[in-house]
Amino acid sequence: MIDTKHIGRQLATTFFEVEKGRLRFFAKATGETRPEYIDEAAAKAAGYRSLPVPPTFLMGADLDAGIMFTLLDELGVPIGNILHGEQSFTYHAQVCAGDVLKVESRIADIYHKKGGALEFIVKDSVITDLNGVKVMEARSVIVARNPKEKSA
Amino acid sequence: MSVPTFDQVKVGDELPALKLPRVTRTTLALFAGASGDHNPVHIDLDFAKAAGMPDVFAHGMLPMAYLGRFLTNWAPQTQLRQYAVRFSAITPIGAKLTCGGKVVEKLERNGERVVKLEIGVVDDKGELKLSGDALVALK
Repeated sequence: MIDTKHIGRQLATTFFEVEKGRLRFFAKATGETRPEYIDEAAAKAAGYRSLPVPPTFLMGADLDAGIMFTLLDELGVPIGNILHGEQSFTYHAQVCAGDVLKVESRIADIYHKKGGALEFIVKDSVITDLNGVKVMEARSVIVARNPKEKSA
Repeated sequence: MSVPTFDQVKVGDELPALKLPRVTRTTLALFAGASGDHNPVHIDLDFAKAAGMPDVFAHGMLPMAYLGRFLTNWAPQTQLRQYAVRFSAITPIGAKLTCGGKVVEKLERNGERVVKLEIGVVDDKGELKLSGDALVALK
């Protein structure tokens, strides 16, 4: 079982630069063809400073820095055993290509269900731009399957 | 795209569905790279089998990204205030997904007029993959 002493723990602060090429790759991978997500001139014509970051793209800020995977490794949770349980985003400002973001994350909760067969890790992140303006908050709930611990 | 206004929209209104092409191994390879989620359980069959799964399966964030497209098709992304989902089933290779949703509430929040949407992604057998809600500000 994952030690609940980690609840409340602040994880490493990381930075993420939003790149146009990555945004175009993300558009391709998600089947997005609207010009404002691919072509900077179209994005500007639509009122954006540059290519806009789509609603779920900033998960990459955590993933690139390896925040969750490093944590799971440290907690002894095999990544083959995890599932994404829940995900939420609260948007405060539109992020666009060229922005550099600061990501601050903490473990909000750890709990288990089914006699420990399923363990839950809740991580909250606050993302700010370099002017200190909060642009987004995110909550991830990761579920770890423990095949050895069966429910009674 | 004609952007809906607060007065036009009624509780119970359905949003236009977004139908996706079948999920393939290529879809997952591209999404792994683009999203930054390199967990091999989604792209490496040997790894997935060793982890007790019959095959690789989609990242949960893939249908969530599709559902994000569905939302920003309806109203520009600058009007999206909140987007939350709970994942309920794995999306296997070959799944044919459809995003849908409806208006469930009209409210004022932080001095803005906002609609609450109930949204979800189902496969062609009708199995729910994820569901949740979104808040979208409308003029």
